[in-house]
Amino acid sequence: MNMQLARTEIEARTAALVADLKHLEGPLLPILHGIQDEFGFVPGEALPVIAEALNISNAEVHGVVSFYHDYRKEPAGRHVLKICQAEACQSMGSDVVASRLKAALGIGFHETSRDGSVTMEPVYCLGLCACAPSAMLDGELIGRVDEDAIDEIVEALRK
Amino acid sequence: MGLIHEIDYGTPASKSEKMVTLTVDGFEVSVPEGTSIMRASMDAGIAIPKLCATDMVDAFGSCRLCLVEIEGRAGTPSSCTTPVAQGMVVKTQTDRLKTIRKGVMELYISDHPLDCLTCAANGDCELQDMAGAVGLRDVRYGYDGENHVKAKSDGVANFNWMPKDETNPYFTYDPSKCIVCSRCVRACEEVQGTFALTIEGRGFGSRVSPGMHQHFLDSECVSCGACVQACPTATLTEKSVIEIGQPEHSVVTTCAYCGVGCSFKAEMRGDELVRMVPFKDGKANRGHSCVKGRFAYGYATHKERILNPMIREKITDPWREVSWSEAFAHMANEFRRIQYQYGRGAVGGITSSRCTNEETYLVQKLVRAGFGNNNVDTCARVCHSPTGYGLGQTYGTSAGTQDFDSVEDSDVIMVIGANPSAAHPVFASRMKKRIRKGAKLIVLDPRVTETVDSVHAKATCHLPLKPGTNVAVVTSLAHVIVTEGLFNEQFIRERCDWSEFEDWAAFVAEDRNSPEEVEKLSNVPAELIRQAARLYATGGNAAIYYGLGVTEHSQGSTTVMAIANLAMATGNIGRRGVGVNPLRGQNNVQGSCDMGSFPHELPGYRHISGDETRDIFEKLWGVKLDNEPGLRIPNMLDAAVEGTFKGLYVQGEDILQSDPDTKHVSAGLAAMECVVVHDLFLNETANYAHIFLPGSTFLEKDGTFTNAERRINRVRKVMSPKNGLADWEVTQEMARAMGLNWGYTHPSQIMDEIAATTPSFAGVSYEYLEKMGSVQWPCNEKAPEGTPIMHVGGFVRGKGKFIRTEYVATDEKTGPRFPLLLTTGRILSQYNVGAQTRRTENVVWHAEDRLEIHPHDAEQRGIRDGDWIKLASRAGETTLRALITDRVSPGVVYTTFHHPDTQANVITTDFSDWATNCPEYKVTAVQVAPSNGPTAWQQEYDELSRASRRISGQLEAAE
Repeated sequence: MNMQLARTEIEARTAALVADLKHLEGPLLPILHGIQDEFGFVPGEALPVIAEALNISNAEVHGVVSFYHDYRKEPAGRHVLKICQAEACQSMGSDVVASRLKAALGIGFHETSRDGSVTMEPVYCLGLCACAPSAMLDGELIGRVDEDAIDEIVEALRK
Repeated sequence: MGLIHEIDYGTPASKSEKMVTLTVDGFEVSVPEGTSIMRASMDAGIAIPKLCATDMVDAFGSCRLCLVEIEGRAGTPSSCTTPVAQGMVVKTQTDRLKTIRKGVMELYISDHPLDCLTCAANGDCELQDMAGAVGLRDVRYGYDGENHVKAKSDGVANFNWMPKDETNPYFTYDPSKCIVCSRCVRACEEVQGTFALTIEGRGFGSRVSPGMHQHFLDSECVSCGACVQACPTATLTEKSVIEIGQPEHSVVTTCAYCGVGCSFKAEMRGDELVRMVPFKDGKANRGHSCVKGRFAYGYATHKERILNPMIREKITDPWREVSWSEAFAHMANEFRRIQYQYGRGAVGGITSSRCTNEETYLVQKLVRAGFGNNNVDTCARVCHSPTGYGLGQTYGTSAGTQDFDSVEDSDVIMVIGANPSAAHPVFASRMKKRIRKGAKLIVLDPRVTETVDSVHAKATCHLPLKPGTNVAVVTSLAHVIVTEGLFNEQFIRERCDWSEFEDWAAFVAEDRNSPEEVEKLSNVPAELIRQAARLYATGGNAAIYYGLGVTEHSQGSTTVMAIANLAMATGNIGRRGVGVNPLRGQNNVQGSCDMGSFPHELPGYRHISGDETRDIFEKLWGVKLDNEPGLRIPNMLDAAVEGTFKGLYVQGEDILQSDPDTKHVSAGLAAMECVVVHDLFLNETANYAHIFLPGSTFLEKDGTFTNAERRINRVRKVMSPKNGLADWEVTQEMARAMGLNWGYTHPSQIMDEIAATTPSFAGVSYEYLEKMGSVQWPCNEKAPEGTPIMHVGGFVRGKGKFIRTEYVATDEKTGPRFPLLLTTGRILSQYNVGAQTRRTENVVWHAEDRLEIHPHDAEQRGIRDGDWIKLASRAGETTLRALITDRVSPGVVYTTFHHPDTQANVITTDFSDWATNCPEYKVTAVQVAPSNGPTAWQQEYDELSRASRRISGQLEAAE
């Protein structure tokens, strides 16, 4: 599953992406998003290529990548499940939702199931507080995560 | 004495001229508009508690300790980020502020080790000071929660904890002590301009990261020390402080490495040097430093330093240690014998650009008054002699026109044949700071140097010219300026000779000087030349900085004149932000030239044939001076080979390694009967010496150095000479042994003699330097405070002189046998021939010289990265390892000359500048081929070196 990419290939594909997006104002974040879309994560080998093309230092790129939780250091599972752990959702029992899902999927936060089907992550506010507790599966919002919703999520992930 | 404490104002000074008055804690204070409340308050003598602010970097406002209350404003703004306003009433200490500060400190300390007594920063820790300042007595949170402090808690590894990074040879990074104030990150960005550090992660997980979570040594860090200086805790600490402890007194002195001439505080404990800290009042460096000046002083106590005088009959004999008096007597006898036997002109001396002005002055005085001839020369012969000649001819002074502060007002900066990022790093940092604020950079260099593509300061134009075509390219820039009408007619009519300009303009406008024609021989695209010329002529204040890539050519002097022409034609002379500035290689190369080290010039660049000048010195010294110029270094060596030159006194220079065509130098030295080498180490020249006199380091003597901006800086003695005598005392004793009646008891008396005889130094004395800090010559009645900018209102020589600069290709041409062009340079961590830096930990960055070669040329020859290769020219051959890189163009190879076993100068030829004999180091036709190991010459030379370094009574160190 987890195909190891050759350094030269990462560098070449990164360079092509950077060339496309370099003209933007404040190009670093769009480039990093592009790289995450391309590889499914942000490989360390890509950073010096970006730094050189933008005439900034490796340290600066690293600082930005490590600041944002959304940029991954390694590929995620086929599905990504994010469970809100911010204040509003906590008050509506999101910790219970999280522990139920952890038990059902056999993984904790920031972990990927052994079959590579799902990665589970905490998220701090999806802006859906009115429908707390909330979650997000592969970019789609799920409000009022109750028992049924949890079952549905697990069902969807097993497919 | 005590430690010199510099006031930290917290935020940088404002340059505004408008003053604003405010009240801080009831005291009225007036400061320039734009000043922070923190700085204004410090001006009034009130220190507001702070952690993340320091005046070397911009305000950041993250530590939340410097809060104040302002009448009529809500809340408690941070004083570092809040600018002053007219009539503002500020309170720095109220019950509310006290409570907030104590709470903030409590949080800091709850995640900080409590090992103050055994901590290296004990006595120099701002965190400790602030805990004291806010009256912290208790930490209610305890120390057991999540933390970065403990490696393990309850036997379980703490994944927040990180071990110490000790990879840098000079300082350590201990993340457990970090308070994430980001001062180091900002110092690296704003002061040094390397951007090697960042804060990685976020929230509680944020921490300082060199590079991409790397070790310091593996990151982009250049070890300038700015972060260590900025760190308020023991997180970044000099290893020397960890080992020795805190210093107890300090002395301000001047770095003895490059021509930038940085001021440092030598911080001492007793007579042991604890650390060198850049001095904020230093006008050349403004509180910044590089890896050499800051850390690489270990050579002063290196085991290979020679501390006793030595003599030997033949250079094949082992050395014999003798007393100073025996060495002086022997030297005097030998020189007298040689002069009796071969004539008065058979001996000479070489002054050092490493030594002080006073020492240089004494050596030339010894030669002129003691030897009775003018056979004195200096190492500037091989670096900036064309500068002296070229700028002297066109402007009337042999020196740069600006001070370093001037770069802050430049809009366009043209760097020609220089790589300040590596060779003049502190100036480079100041230049890059200006470029980040919007100035444009033009670089003329065959290589893509660190200066061309440094982060956030990339060159707008890089002209990768073929080595040896400087004159053609610079003249072509002038062609564009003249033909497109971009010259400054008013300036030229007022300050220069108009008819000379017309003649010159007609010459440069000729078609053969057009970018399209010059492209054919220089390989620089015509459009790039046009773009650079337009930018230089129309971009605002334009300054030129140049280095040895200009001077060390057969047309070195011509290029200097071409540069001078460019600045005159565009009116870029005589005010801040503009000018023509040579970046001097050695600490005192400017000074050694000023002090009359050339065979044709007395101090102050006055020709030896001038009766009036000679008269001044003849009266003072009580001798008759020869009115004929003496021999230059290459002439001395030629004469030695011919058998007419037999005795040489070399102070602090390694001519065998640094001068071109090593084989010719060694033949010349071998033919002499008495070679006296005065140096710290048995250098390569000492292999051919008969008398060795141990030298003293810059830490062991008083004197002055003159840097590239003509600034006379004091060098102060911080410890007594390990060899017993300072260099000026050695020269004085030699003079006495030869019968001269010298009686200086302190270098200040020598400076007084210089001031009395040399008009441009008339106002200089140690007392005055003590008062002023430093002063830029000319310093006399006309300019009592010195001269930061030259040629203001008019040129020193009267009218600026335009000189035609005809391009003549060097005789050193590539052909089928030698198809590649070799050019040489240096790197950041090593200095010149490496005599000092090779004897420090700096070798971790550069353990050997490598040959940079383009992948295309390497592939043709079957060379892989790291392979041993043979580098051959018409003059000789050597071997070294290859480094494959596209920083050099196809057809060009590049190497450094820091290591004696490489002997890059075996390769270089004896072609030299037409006017000054400055050798053509920067162009040599070579061939490169795979090789198995050292050449026969390298092996023979290695044996010779070993044999000639034997000292009787001492066992040869086991290798």
